[in-house]
Amino acid sequence: MSFNWKTVCKQEDLIEGVGVAALFEGEQVAIFYLPKLEPQVFAIANWDPIAKANVLSRGIVGSINGKLVVSSPLYKQHFELSSGQCIEEDIVIPCWQVSLENGDVKLAS
Amino acid sequence: MMNKNTNLEVKQNLAEPNPSANTHIIVVGNGMVGHHFVEQLVQHEGASACQVSVFGEEPHIAYDRVHLSEYFTGKNAQDLALTDADFYLQNRVDYYPSQKIIEIDRVAKKVVCETGETVSYDKLVLATGSYPFVPPIDGHKRANTFVYRTLEDLDAIRDCAKNAKVGTVVGGGLLGLEAANAIKNLGLETHVVEFAPRLMPVQLDEKGGDLLKDMIQELGVKVHVATGTRNIENGEQCFHRMNFSEDGQEYLETDLIVFSAGIRPQDALAKSSGLVLGERGGIQVDSHCLTSDKDIYAIGECALYEGRIYGLVAPGYNMAKAALDHLLKQGELEFKGADMSTKLKLLGCDVGSIGDAHGQTPGSKTIVFQDGMQGCYRKMVVNQDATKLLGAVLVGDNASYDTLLQYYLNEIDLPSQAESLILPVSDGASPALGVDALPSTASICSCLNVTKADISQAVAEGALSLADVKAVTKASTGCGGCAALVKNVVDNELLALGVEVSTDVCEHFAYTRQDLYNLIKVESIKSFDELLEKHGKGHGCIVCKPLVGNILASVWNDYVLKKEHVTLQDTNDRYLANMQKDGTYSVVPRIPGGEITPEKLIVIGEVARDYKLYTKITGGQRIDLFGAHLNQLPEIWETLIKAGFETGQAYGKSVRTVKSCVGSTWCRFGVNDSMTMAIDIENRYKGLRAPHKLKFAVSGCTRECAEAQSKDIGIIATEGGWNLYVCGNGGMKPRHADLFATDLTDKELIQYIDRVLMFYVKTADRLQRTSVWMDSLEGGLDYLKSVVIDDSLGLAQELEDQMALIVDTFQCEWKTTLEDPQAVKAFRHFVNHDGVDEEVVFVEERDQIRPATQSEKNNLIAKAS
Ligand code: SRM
Ligand SMILES: Cc1cc2nc3c(=O)[nH]c(=O)nc-3n(C[C@H](O)[C@H](O)[C@H](O)COP(=O)(O)OP(=O)(O)OC[C@H]3O[C@@H](n4cnc5c(N)ncnc54)[C@H](O)[C@@H]3O)c2cc1C
Ligand code: SF4
Ligand code: FES
Repeated sequence: MSFNWKTVCKQEDLIEGVGVAALFEGEQVAIFYLPKLEPQVFAIANWDPIAKANVLSRGIVGSINGKLVVSSPLYKQHFELSSGQCIEEDIVIPCWQVSLENGDVKLAS
Repeated sequence: MMNKNTNLEVKQNLAEPNPSANTHIIVVGNGMVGHHFVEQLVQHEGASACQVSVFGEEPHIAYDRVHLSEYFTGKNAQDLALTDADFYLQNRVDYYPSQKIIEIDRVAKKVVCETGETVSYDKLVLATGSYPFVPPIDGHKRANTFVYRTLEDLDAIRDCAKNAKVGTVVGGGLLGLEAANAIKNLGLETHVVEFAPRLMPVQLDEKGGDLLKDMIQELGVKVHVATGTRNIENGEQCFHRMNFSEDGQEYLETDLIVFSAGIRPQDALAKSSGLVLGERGGIQVDSHCLTSDKDIYAIGECALYEGRIYGLVAPGYNMAKAALDHLLKQGELEFKGADMSTKLKLLGCDVGSIGDAHGQTPGSKTIVFQDGMQGCYRKMVVNQDATKLLGAVLVGDNASYDTLLQYYLNEIDLPSQAESLILPVSDGASPALGVDALPSTASICSCLNVTKADISQAVAEGALSLADVKAVTKASTGCGGCAALVKNVVDNELLALGVEVSTDVCEHFAYTRQDLYNLIKVESIKSFDELLEKHGKGHGCIVCKPLVGNILASVWNDYVLKKEHVTLQDTNDRYLANMQKDGTYSVVPRIPGGEITPEKLIVIGEVARDYKLYTKITGGQRIDLFGAHLNQLPEIWETLIKAGFETGQAYGKSVRTVKSCVGSTWCRFGVNDSMTMAIDIENRYKGLRAPHKLKFAVSGCTRECAEAQSKDIGIIATEGGWNLYVCGNGGMKPRHADLFATDLTDKELIQYIDRVLMFYVKTADRLQRTSVWMDSLEGGLDYLKSVVIDDSLGLAQELEDQMALIVDTFQCEWKTTLEDPQAVKAFRHFVNHDGVDEEVVFVEERDQIRPATQSEKNNLIAKAS
């Protein structure tokens, strides 16, 4: 499968260990930068469908049973960084393929 | 396999084919049960080929009618909504609000809408619910008469109540009393008029009803039982007069009337289309919830199963599951009736009713316990040889409800002294039925139909914590009433497996908070990563990250947004502001002791005006500005800091406010300068981070205008100095502070506070306020006194030194942040765009902004496009 990669922001815009929000093709994306892991970058929707607000980039990153997750800062549900799957509810939020290339952060659309 | 409460019978799979592609399913009624059906349907893989349409008469999308009364106590329509239009859209459900179906053409298989349009169906599901019965009394259609069923009903009642003094509910059943409570909360003199000789005639016996009446009267609601209304006419003092006697001698004057005299199944549509109804109404259904037409189902309160209407939501949900199962030809589930036991709090009084409450079973006997002083009444109905519980009535105290219900539902043998179940026990604890004694078929969560066996299985399959079990079984995600029982069963299962019920903070650290505090201090650990590497595993989580961040701050008092700490902070700490429901933030500058100059007030006013922030005086004697976008925070704080403000740390687990009174400087009664003391201690302790937030107060004399005895640290001026109170609390579980020491000098006072606070920081649990800490401290107040005053542990110096370090290293986190351009960058909403979050929409109310509700947003978007 071939992806159509597009640059969304610079690597230096990311903050180690947490998320930032970016606008990508009109959608709000939460991009997480975990340089000690492989892959190092994850991108899921910034929209928290439970709290109904664009806040997921501002949650705490962690792991639950080995799965990397971010917890919503509003009502604390967890979303898997790799798949957008919510742990507590049967909800999946959008997620993007991400790559780091020469200081650019690229998303696949 | 079946028990009384799991009213779904599980059967062999009949293995018939699934519905063919493009089956069109129409659901009439978008209430609780109709929505549950749709929700289950779209999640079902067998349903992917179906096309689904939902018609609802109400303008609102399905909402939580069970919690309707909360509409009067702070919730809005959006809070009560069970879903949103997006969900239907995403699942390709066609949803038509405000669309009443007026006819079913069963031959052509079409429904007719009020607008005249017709829509064809393959399968039809009637979920039309019920409507309140209004007795046809002369005058029942007058203005200012209401029913209590929909959001619109409550809007109308609220509007009318604004100009009313007296409100009356006709009907003293469950719903009537709930309506009475609502009317009382609207501030009206409240009456309940009940035709039967007692309240809640269906669930309670005579004595129970009498006691309930007494208790409710004591709360100021006037109850008129055995009272029938003959007619309603114009009143003299009030809008209405309800006449109770023919001669007009007995009457009641009232401004508004709410009828709550029972419900009737909404079966008009079924009737006009020739479906078979029960003698007294209700759409007759079989155990598949199939009506007399093989393509039409009826579920929820409109359906009549074996001569009964089920006026509760859980049986409705089970009907929805049974109907869906049959429609999809799974052949696994059937509806077999439901238990109607209820437990509730009405106007603050506990009431419970189980099974055969009236002792109608032939040969049954009753055991009664009554305590007129305490106001409690308990009755058990048992079989002839007193081995089984058949029913029960509880008024005034529901402590034994759960236990009795389990005996009843699972037909457990009663103990030989059956009455012990309802007799008071000397130490005040109610005799709980050990969860061990429950059979594996026992229903633990009736909303979600989870049995003890389901929980055992989940645990056996690796769900080793309460959260995991809830996630797997969904237990206690409905009404929540079963939470304690679920926890007991889970703990019990874990114990049986030899799993120790853990006190670890989380899966990443096998330590308590106190252990972690000591490790960090003793090993001089300065970062989360270091601690994780030495003593933990995994990547951390929302429990251990903020917890460790908080301990590091208490011990080393580093800047919280340092690179190695930033990832630990909860959003409020990370952005040094409190996140609101729409993702915007509030700004709270510190106003020590509540004292503020006019100049500073003006600056706050200017900031609020320039950034258009909602402005409110808080409960803590300071000012909160709401609705700031993330990217506005640095500019706002820059202005505030220039004017001499510091962060108020309303976001941290830290010192909040020191409430004060003007004290001896102005007040004619003041005996000491409470104002100066309040400002001094606020400035001393303002940088301290603790297991939970800390609140102080200083009053200038025993009149206690600053309410110091409800604070973590309370100080009251005396002729001889200061009295110190500790470990008080407002909030969820108020606790009066304990008097710790009297007539202290300024110096002693500070010394004791230093020690108490640091001992708390050192030994308390995560998110434990001082009140709970005190209650869990072995030895209690005397022990704390011995540690702080007599230095029994030899810790006093260490505690004081630790506090001195915190005081000396104080920095205003906002000031530090603004000095670091890299830190300021983190406050952009988007890293690649200058815009703000367009999903944040405000509307105006009372001349200020507030977040728009979902429906307001939808309207605005509709107008714009
Ligand atoms: C703004 C304010 C209400 C107001 O409009 O007046 C408020 C607002 C919040 N309170 Fe409060 N509390 C406010 C005074 C109080 C008081 C009254 C007081 O301090 O005298 C109490 C009861 C006293 C007490 O705490 O003992 C109070 C008891 C709580 C509690 C329950 C604490 C408890 O131990 O039971 C919480 C929840 C918690 O902290 O876990 C809470 C939590 C909150 C939070 C932080 C909830 C949240 O996470 O969003 C609110 C956010 C504040 C914000 O966005 O700025 N708030 N809260 C008051 C701010 C005071 C201030 O200047 O800092
Ligand atoms: C104040 C209050 C408190 C309650 N408390 C509890 C409680 O604590 N516990 C409990 O278990 N139950 C409680 N209930 C009962 C519970 O709300 C009902 O059992 C539940 O709502 C029934 O769901 P339903 O879908 O059958 O009916 P409803 O929720 O009434 O939904 C029926 C819907 O169908 C619509 N409709 C009717 N006819 C048509 C038509 N021809 N075309 C289109 N739409 C139509 C109606 O407008 C309505 O929206 C309470 C009810 C009230 C009013
Ligand atoms: S507490 Fe005492 S000094 Fe303070 S205002 Fe009240 S009466 Fe006056
Ligand atoms: S009984 Fe209602 S959630 Fe379990």
